[in-house]
Amino acid sequence: MASKPHLEFERDMVELQEQIERLLALAEKRGIDVSGELGELRTKLARLRADTFQNLSPLEQVQVARHPMRPYTHDYLVRAFTDWIELHGDRSYRDDAAIVGGWARLDANPVMVVGHQKGRDMKENLHRNFGMPHPEGYRKALRLMRMAEKFGRPVITLIDTPGAYPGIGAEKRGQAEAIAMNLREMARLRVPIVSVVIGEGGSGGALALGVADRILMMEHSVYSVISPEGCAAILWRSAENRGEAAKALKLTSTDLLGLGVADEVVPEPAGGAHTDWDAAAEALGSVLARHVAELRGMDAQERREARWRKFEAIGAWRESES
Amino acid sequence: MAWFRKEKKPLKSEDRRDLASDVFDKCEGCGEILYREKVTQNLHVCPKCGHHFRVGPEEYVRIFTDDGSFQEHDGHLRSADPLGFTDLKSYESRIHAAEQAGKPEAVVTGVATLDGIPIALGVMDFGFIGGSMGSVVGEKIARIGRRALEEERPLILVSASGGARMMEGIYSLMQMAKTSVVLARLHEAGIPFISVLTHPTTGGVTASFAMLGDVNLAEPGALIGFAGPRVIEETIKQELPEGFQRSEFLLEQGIVDRVVDRRELRTTTVRLLRHMFISSTE
Repeated sequence: MASKPHLEFERDMVELQEQIERLLALAEKRGIDVSGELGELRTKLARLRADTFQNLSPLEQVQVARHPMRPYTHDYLVRAFTDWIELHGDRSYRDDAAIVGGWARLDANPVMVVGHQKGRDMKENLHRNFGMPHPEGYRKALRLMRMAEKFGRPVITLIDTPGAYPGIGAEKRGQAEAIAMNLREMARLRVPIVSVVIGEGGSGGALALGVADRILMMEHSVYSVISPEGCAAILWRSAENRGEAAKALKLTSTDLLGLGVADEVVPEPAGGAHTDWDAAAEALGSVLARHVAELRGMDAQERREARWRKFEAIGAWRESES
Repeated sequence: MAWFRKEKKPLKSEDRRDLASDVFDKCEGCGEILYREKVTQNLHVCPKCGHHFRVGPEEYVRIFTDDGSFQEHDGHLRSADPLGFTDLKSYESRIHAAEQAGKPEAVVTGVATLDGIPIALGVMDFGFIGGSMGSVVGEKIARIGRRALEEERPLILVSASGGARMMEGIYSLMQMAKTSVVLARLHEAGIPFISVLTHPTTGGVTASFAMLGDVNLAEPGALIGFAGPRVIEETIKQELPEGFQRSEFLLEQGIVDRVVDRRELRTTTVRLLRHMFISSTE
């Protein structure tokens, strides 16, 4: 039996999980009591998961963030939210399926949700362009965020992209301008904005949904100026050095919390969000609700000014005498 | 064989090895050998073909300010190494080497007057680690932007950059947001921002402040884009068409307002500022 897609270092865990499933099937078929063995296996699996996932290397974190079974924007939309109704298009060129957006409810409150959307198989990935938006995707996102502004609803963005698509059409239609405009206009919105990096926060294409009052990161997500492969290819002259690049870039949720860029890390189920989508969505939903409630309590102008101060304070430099 | 049949080798520029290198320059555009002094007087534009040589920030400061009016700000800010980043070389040694070459950072900022109009100015320097945007570039641009806001000075930013400075990791990415936040405030205050794009401007600088001008001006033939041409070619597995991502192409696509010859930059900018910001009685 072919097992679910998994990463190299997850093999032992996948095998244990399969043993548990076989044992359960056997127990049901033969009507025998396996609770003793089952408990043992489950404890073993839990311990292995905890050990492995608390000690991931930066490159392994990147792999988990890109895990083929990781929950994507839509998976959170139908779990952490209710009453989701998708809205399409930038009103100018076309609908970019690499970004989805629309109304949803967080608890009972209407919010505008915009997020990158990856595909789970080749067919869907061709449709979604692997979650790499074109300018019209960013323009759709801005249109929807402005709609939220019009109706005084908070904006929630879910970030999960390898980056903005580097192609001829994207350049022709102003990829750089589309990203830049989102950065500026998100700074101006008067409604609360919460961004969550749910998987891969890939460079400017991620940041274009990320100028927010709060920046949250799922525990095993990453956020970086460049992919470790791209960085290694340029600075080490070989993509082979991606492990070193991943380490040097300081791109894990713990790193970003330490650097003062991320405001909070949302814990994932042991073994990563991909092992339990419902639990991951529940964790995210409750953290989001708390932040939105806090932000709603602030005066709109004060909130905006706090957002400006937050971004204007990011960076580190020396001051020379001369 | 008749004398006039004799083959003559054409004189190639490579043959002129004796040319004093501090007196002559070869045009990268048309191959013409040019008196350096003539080129300098012509703002480093080839008098024959109009090719724009790459110039340092001093030249743009001269172009966009009245003589002696430029006061530099925040020149004491220097790059730090917040991540302790080391690839084949340490980031620290890269900063040190660039500083030794006499360049303090990848942007020079300050205030001046331009045809009597008080302005705020920032000019990037491609010579400092590829004009890449790290914390210092972001901070200096944010500061000059805030000064423009406080003193109601139009802001002019001249870009030349390979993009974000990846050795500063997430901080370099966040400078895109930081500079854009300041421009958002400037935008709401109704203060003009003129973005001047020079060769080359790509990556995080293009995808933030450089594209946010009320007016975006580009020098002729400049490479301007989000992704670099090599990255695009590797992604789509095909060669890019001639002139792709050049200023003239961006004008055609509606991404820049005008392609302006370096010799016209000053007068064009002054005219624009008078239209946008300075009342006719002044």
